[in-house]
Amino acid sequence: MKTVSSLLNQEWYERYKRISRLNIRSSIYDVTNRCNLRCQGCFFFSSGEDKAAPEETDIRKWETFIDKEKERGVNLAILIGGEPTLCLDRVEAFYKRLPSFCATNGLIKLPRDRFPDLMVGISLWGDEDDEKALRGKDTFSISSKNYEGDPNTYYLYTITPRQIDRTERIIKKIQDVGLKAHLQLLSNDENADGFSWREEEFRDIRDEMDAMLDTYPKTLISSKYYHKVITTGTMMGRPFGWNECPSVTEYFDNRNPRPKRLIHFVRWASDLKTMHRCCTSETRDCTTCKDGAAHMSWVMVNKRAHIRTPQDLQGWIEVYEMFAKLYQFIPW
Amino acid sequence: MAVETDKLILRVAEVMIDELKLEDVTPATFSPELDLVDEVGIDSMDLATVALVLQDEYGIRIDEDDYPKLTTIRLIAEYLENKMQLKS
Ligand code: SF4
Ligand code: SF4
Repeated sequence: MKTVSSLLNQEWYERYKRISRLNIRSSIYDVTNRCNLRCQGCFFFSSGEDKAAPEETDIRKWETFIDKEKERGVNLAILIGGEPTLCLDRVEAFYKRLPSFCATNGLIKLPRDRFPDLMVGISLWGDEDDEKALRGKDTFSISSKNYEGDPNTYYLYTITPRQIDRTERIIKKIQDVGLKAHLQLLSNDENADGFSWREEEFRDIRDEMDAMLDTYPKTLISSKYYHKVITTGTMMGRPFGWNECPSVTEYFDNRNPRPKRLIHFVRWASDLKTMHRCCTSETRDCTTCKDGAAHMSWVMVNKRAHIRTPQDLQGWIEVYEMFAKLYQFIPW
Repeated sequence: MAVETDKLILRVAEVMIDELKLEDVTPATFSPELDLVDEVGIDSMDLATVALVLQDEYGIRIDEDDYPKLTTIRLIAEYLENKMQLKS
């Protein structure tokens, strides 16, 4: 039987042991149904999830709910929306009770006196032109001022097909404001006109992502194995999709055989009762889904499949470390 | 008692190999002291799969909160033995 130590040298084995017992159990929470933007291709609004359930407005109910989530074993609350910073009391209720992460468009500055070390991920879609076309404004010019130099903030830089050969300037801009970035890809079915990937473009963007990681290793929180998995949509020769996705709400998971998945994962609507099917929209086509977190988690939950060659296992370790850094389980 | 533990160790190893489709190992060659997390890469979903079979077979409950303690085949076998003793 292949064992971990037989495949790794001492340095890699130490890296493995640093993460092997983290046992991350995440769930996702729609903090609010409202947003101060209307991005073309936002799955939350385009699939009507904003109308799926009325928001719970009683903060005590949120607090009780979060306590129950903690009892359920959740040790990472991923806050999305809508725009979570529109409801800071709810964000604070999570922050005080659970390790939390807040996704935001960055237009509102999270008050650091209230949330000193809350990890913030700012969404950024392509460059200024893409942002104007898809989101109605160049959000970077605002979010970068709000968060410049913040040690607990990074950009979730969603690469669009128009960004091929153009990512370096954006990554430099992010570096210049003293922030880090994680790369992800726009999914094809987000119905954004003129923003659909062609198969051969995935090859090009993978090479570019790898080159950027080599050039900006301190700015990018990424890994080449993650680039490979997300651009090819395959891992160990297996295609990503519904049969493999780890990020399906546990109570909706009727797949048989059940794939390796996130234990106890649920995506909750803001009424604190309704659950969504998965970490992204129910209307999304699983065969073309490029959800970054789902792809990372896919690698992470399939640890034993990677105990095959040193290269496979090192790839797994790098992806797990990347996730652990993005959600503050280990330092940058 | 030792005989019982040895039998249990072999059975736990067998369940683990069958349920998790572990390759190149038999119940007899599966070291009971091998660290399941650090060396075999077992995670809590794997443990839950194995626990389900063992619970049915031995009529006991393996609490999810106890998973972090169950890091070797020997520790799982001893855990089962204790639970069965408490029951009888
Ligand atoms: S900022 Fe986020 S939640 Fe708001 S519309 Fe855009 S993608 Fe959707
Ligand atoms: S849309 Fe994506 S994240 Fe959702 S179930 Fe399908 S593959 Fe998974």
